[in-house]
Amino acid sequence: MSNRNLLFSGFGGQGILFTGKFIAYKSLLEDKNVSWLPSYGPEMRGGTANCSVIVGDESVGSPIVTNPDVLVAMNLPSLDKYENAVKSNGIIFADSSLIDKKVQRDDVTVYYIPATALAGENGIPTLANMIIAGQMLKVFNEYDEEMVEKTLKKIISARKANLFDANLKAIKIGVDFEA
Amino acid sequence: MSEKVLMKGNEAIAEAALKAGCKHYFGYPITPQTEIAAYMAKRMPKIGGTFLQAESEIAAINMVYGVSSAGKRVMTSSSSPGISLKSEGLSYLAGADLPALVVNVQRGGPGLGGIQPSQSDYFQATKGGGHGDFRMIVLAPASVSEMAHLTVKGFDLADKYRMTAMILADGTLGQMMEPVSMDFDVKETYEKPWATDGTKGKREKNVVNSLFLDPQTLEDKVFERYERYKKIEENETLYENYLMNDAEICIVAFGISARVSKNAIDEARKMGVKVGMIRPITLWPFPKKPFKDAVTKVKKIITVEMSMGQMIEDVKLASECKVPVELCNRTGGMIPTPEQVLQAILKANK
Repeated sequence: MSNRNLLFSGFGGQGILFTGKFIAYKSLLEDKNVSWLPSYGPEMRGGTANCSVIVGDESVGSPIVTNPDVLVAMNLPSLDKYENAVKSNGIIFADSSLIDKKVQRDDVTVYYIPATALAGENGIPTLANMIIAGQMLKVFNEYDEEMVEKTLKKIISARKANLFDANLKAIKIGVDFEA
Repeated sequence: MSEKVLMKGNEAIAEAALKAGCKHYFGYPITPQTEIAAYMAKRMPKIGGTFLQAESEIAAINMVYGVSSAGKRVMTSSSSPGISLKSEGLSYLAGADLPALVVNVQRGGPGLGGIQPSQSDYFQATKGGGHGDFRMIVLAPASVSEMAHLTVKGFDLADKYRMTAMILADGTLGQMMEPVSMDFDVKETYEKPWATDGTKGKREKNVVNSLFLDPQTLEDKVFERYERYKKIEENETLYENYLMNDAEICIVAFGISARVSKNAIDEARKMGVKVGMIRPITLWPFPKKPFKDAVTKVKKIITVEMSMGQMIEDVKLASECKVPVELCNRTGGMIPTPEQVLQAILKANK
């Protein structure tokens, strides 16, 4: 596959960097080339967070994603900021629980997922991010339960091992959701 | 081959240092390199090493001087303003012919500047770094994997030539994650008969010192040091050529700028523009050799830098200005986009 440029964005605390790490690590386990670059700086805590992820069979040049093939927007400021940066024929995943407007462009495919609401209803209020990750795997036809479990084992630290099942649950909710 | 793991560039430096047998780390936190210290703080106590957060950058570099004097592998790391504070120590290390690894994960300057990535410490690393006649070996990684490999190499070169090796990275390389394998040979150990590690009653005492009040003695010392520097220039220069065989335009870029440039070059090639890149991996010694060949073939050279144009001076010297050398740059923590570099290439191709 040619390289896919993804941009994950939202509030600090929504697990933006973790979602990017999940996609990056899964791709690494699938022997793809991978890069992951977080925004860093004083604006992160409580402010906006984003990370660039590039995965594919080609070697990765610049790790900075300015024109994503895929945008994950988990709040309104992120959608406002990056909507027009998405490549033509690109894909946007939007958390429609937190974003009440529709994407204005007609040359991109948009999946609206009420991820924050779904997370709350299912007793995993902090995992809206992984619901979106699940939906992404479904859209790309890349959901493989065994690989997802293997990836989660790699990226969830031993200290937080109790969160493994909740993450898996969130991803499955995302996979099952019909946008 | 061992399994590849995803690691931040900063973490890769720290892990590689441990693999290289470094058991002593002294530092002081500063964005965007703090992960190095954090990693060392976690790991050093477990392997019987020393992690010490010093009271300042100046204290940390002098602790490096102390451990190095005792003949042990030692390192410190910081980012731009912190490296300025360490520059007195860098000069003393040079004056005492002590090996050390120093990491600079650059951020925007001057002054406190900002915390976003930059390459504007090129002059400081390759020309300055402190007072007096001296050089540091300066290694410029362009990937997380190179962050690890050049760290091991840096320790080797430092021991081999009894001097400071500096890893000159930037905030992007420090913060980004890429797959890296930590499976590399860590080879030679170096005899350090000069170390002040105790005479055990069997030899004359060693003295590590950078004060030589007799000017003839001091001149001899400096001459001897520059003989070593000459050997390094002859034997240790590293660079990578990318698509240079038929290139008519030559990009010169190091570190993250080279990664951005690669995208632009690939794009320009699709448009039929014959463009290639010389990527210096050692910034000192600067790779002059590829330019001897390049100036006979290319019509223009473009340096891509995250500074107001610092490496461009070395490029002009190495190419002897036989073809025009232009600058494509951003600074202050801004990173050039592939589009900006592509436009510079297309303009040069007109």
